Amino acid sequence: MSTKTFGASIKRKEDPRLITGEAKYLDDVQLPGLTYAAILRSPYAHAKIKSIKTDKAAKHPGVLAVFTGQDFKELPALPCAWQADAGRIKNNLNTPRVLEIDRVTHTGMGVAVVVADDRYTAEDALNLIEVDYEPLPVVVDAEKTTFPGAPQLHENAPNNICFDWSCGDADGANKGLSDADVVVKARLVNQRLIPNPMEPRGCIAQYMPASEEYTVWMTSQDPHIMRLLMTAFVFGIPETKMRVIAPQVGGGFGTKIFLYPEYCLMVALARKVGKPVKWMETRRENYVATTHGRDHVTDIEIGAKRDGSITALKVKTFANLGGILSTIGPGIPTTLYGRLLSGAYKIPHIYCNVIGTYTNTGMVDAYRGAGRPEATYVVERAVDLVAAELKMDPTEVRRKNFIQPGDFPYAPADNILAGLKYDSGDYDKALKKGLEMVGYESFRKEQAAARKQGRYLGIGFSTYIEMCGAAPSAWIGVSPTGQGWGAAMWESANVRVHLTGKVIVTIGTQSHGQGHETTMAQIVAEELGVPLDDVTVQLGDTLGTPFGYGTYASRSAAVGGTAVFNSTQKIKEKAKRLAAHMLEAAPEDMTYEDGKAFVKGSPDKAKTIQEIAGAAALAYSLPAGMEPFLDDVTYYDPPECTYPFGTHICVVEVDKDTGEVKVLRYLSVDDVGKKINPMIVDGQIHGGIAQGVAQALWEGAVYDENGQLTSGSLMDYAVPKAGFFPNFELGSTETPSPNNPLGVKGVGETGTIASTPAVVNAVMDALSPFGIRNLDMPLTPEKVWRAMQSAK
Amino acid sequence: MAQAVSITVNGTAYTKEVEPRLLLAHFLREELGLTGTNVGCDTSQCGACTVLMDGVAVKSCTVLAVQADGSTVTTIEGLASDGKLHPVQNAFWEKHGLQCGFCTPGMIITVVDLLNNNPHPTDEEIRHGLDGNLCRCTGYQNIVEAVKYAAEAMPA
Repeated sequence: MSTKTFGASIKRKEDPRLITGEAKYLDDVQLPGLTYAAILRSPYAHAKIKSIKTDKAAKHPGVLAVFTGQDFKELPALPCAWQADAGRIKNNLNTPRVLEIDRVTHTGMGVAVVVADDRYTAEDALNLIEVDYEPLPVVVDAEKTTFPGAPQLHENAPNNICFDWSCGDADGANKGLSDADVVVKARLVNQRLIPNPMEPRGCIAQYMPASEEYTVWMTSQDPHIMRLLMTAFVFGIPETKMRVIAPQVGGGFGTKIFLYPEYCLMVALARKVGKPVKWMETRRENYVATTHGRDHVTDIEIGAKRDGSITALKVKTFANLGGILSTIGPGIPTTLYGRLLSGAYKIPHIYCNVIGTYTNTGMVDAYRGAGRPEATYVVERAVDLVAAELKMDPTEVRRKNFIQPGDFPYAPADNILAGLKYDSGDYDKALKKGLEMVGYESFRKEQAAARKQGRYLGIGFSTYIEMCGAAPSAWIGVSPTGQGWGAAMWESANVRVHLTGKVIVTIGTQSHGQGHETTMAQIVAEELGVPLDDVTVQLGDTLGTPFGYGTYASRSAAVGGTAVFNSTQKIKEKAKRLAAHMLEAAPEDMTYEDGKAFVKGSPDKAKTIQEIAGAAALAYSLPAGMEPFLDDVTYYDPPECTYPFGTHICVVEVDKDTGEVKVLRYLSVDDVGKKINPMIVDGQIHGGIAQGVAQALWEGAVYDENGQLTSGSLMDYAVPKAGFFPNFELGSTETPSPNNPLGVKGVGETGTIASTPAVVNAVMDALSPFGIRNLDMPLTPEKVWRAMQSAK
Repeated sequence: MAQAVSITVNGTAYTKEVEPRLLLAHFLREELGLTGTNVGCDTSQCGACTVLMDGVAVKSCTVLAVQADGSTVTTIEGLASDGKLHPVQNAFWEKHGLQCGFCTPGMIITVVDLLNNNPHPTDEEIRHGLDGNLCRCTGYQNIVEAVKYAAEAMPA
């Protein structure tokens, strides 16, 4: 019997509960005596809090208690867990408190909380709280906030600068630019996005006074980190006194990685009120109180020779971090951005300087791709600008500069990747395949014919690379040469084969839509040779899972999957030794295949994994020194990251009368290494493309000059609908990663990382007859129409 | 203040005293414990809370429980019968039409309504029919595939 499950498009094990309504998301969790919290949030972007009167609210029927920041003065501000180059450069840190006491620096910061018997009453009572604010001047722009005379947000951050970080070689880049035949300069704005997972955030906390223990349910991508940060850095209690449970989680896209004030507030309230307390974020709260993504203002200079070979790339970015720092805000526009600026190209000189700034806007942190989409946007737009300047085909400039298959492992110039190396790739192969799929030559003919009729078609490319499988702990951590991440980044798994032969796998990563319960089970079923139905994957609860860092940065397969794989290998070794004992054979003569251990060359003399597991569990007769049970825990620290790549191609038509951009075709050729479940891989790519295309054309957070988020609801912010997209045409190549035994690279973010510049490049190609080379996203009809009008 | 409502949900008749302002979504979730119906927004955009009311898809965050008095409601929990998935549920499973699953109950109910009205929709009609339901995970492509699969599987 073959049990080929690795690499098969198997239906997801988690789906039956999700398609029947049986799944329990945060808001579905009920407890005896549960109370409800509602949070009063600042309507001002920058203000002093002069006084807060809560007496009317406290007397409202059904209200149990009302608190302000003064009531939690003893709690420290939340930790910042990733300072840019921690220990080497200064980060002027300012982080939120559970409720703000003196001052607010963006709209939506919590200033008071009501706990009531039900959520309607809690919301009612918010209206009875009177806050006296003294409004202060406001600044919202990532760069202008550093200008002389700008309102100052924090005493410890002169000119609103949190950090001034750089990588690469400035002198080298200047020399490379002076050696160039052409130098293109451009300002590229990567606008702020609002992630919008369909389930907003929420938290329930319960305190048990006799044991002094907390149980906390959270919409979390990383329950172990949440427990660590809350117990060790906020409450100062033993880590063992708290259990964190991430129930079914309805999407995250990064926003559910972080420790937010509301989670700590619920923990504090549970103790103060003496009853379990639930807070469930409304969508409007989600817009102002949950983290945003991107928001870079970048000036680039790229130099090239006449033949298209790039001589240098110099980048200066102002990265908007918001009014106050989210948990890993400083790490995103530094390590995960600047270090990826070589893209798929042999760029001989690179320099990047990033100024992280405070403004009176919501917190900015990791959003799907987290730094890598911003880097890819810079590189892929820059390459197109070079092509336009040299009047070369954009695919030719790419080919001229591609890192070649023989160059791997490849270290980008000027040590910008800080000692790491790209693992493997064949970038031209993916491009070639994409060009065949789209029919490039015939498209160019069609485009020329259309232009004669006054129709503007365009094609755009993104031959991206990205970095997944974060990360070697010593590389990313606070070691002397590390990137400043405040912990490690290994991952864990526990595989147990029970007496009945059924397998339970517990993991430190956490699924919020990715399908871990299926893919991790596929690894185990393949390796142990057991039916997929016999493998159950448990996750999302600090009780019963080994410590793990969680799911983000496309790391679950490459790091967490390898931990699972390694445990299966150790279990097979033990199974072979026990089978040898059972068969009275020599251990070294044994082999393991398709769920059986047998003497090499005599497959009839075999013990099944179920028989072996039973013998191991009963322990009536074990080889000398062998412990009972087939059970193994792995903590796997990756030696390197993984580097997916590919080619994305977008074909658009721009309506010359309205400026509307229609996506006619969208094609991708992604190389994510080996695929555990191709169906799930394709689904991840579809979703990523949708988010990336949406950034290019529709989405964008808008703050007015008063710091009010005018795109503050699903009515005002353009989350795309089904009718916005054509069917995506997916192709792939497969270059296994040599950096892990599964050969996987990671796929959670590729679509988002790759797609945005492909769309913008396509629109610029369509607009090239107008002499337009660069417009800022989102490319709304009005913006495109105005550009065409002024170009006429 | 409280008002009596009688609503039949998934074949069971319920009579409850409710506040006039209580949303149908909260009536289903908190009074009846039917938490399959999710609430994803506060402006009637996302469609995660979609249920069938007298056979027609409605966003239950935009209907008051008192407005549903006397009606028959079907939620995601009421679609499968005799332990057998509804063809639309099965299609979402077969075609990987969901990832995080939060929009899925509303999405499935909307598709049931869509196919009731148009048993063999084109791709364009499907995408138009999903206009009131947002999904942030799938890029919609496999949802469209699921609708087509369900259309084939369902008796016209």
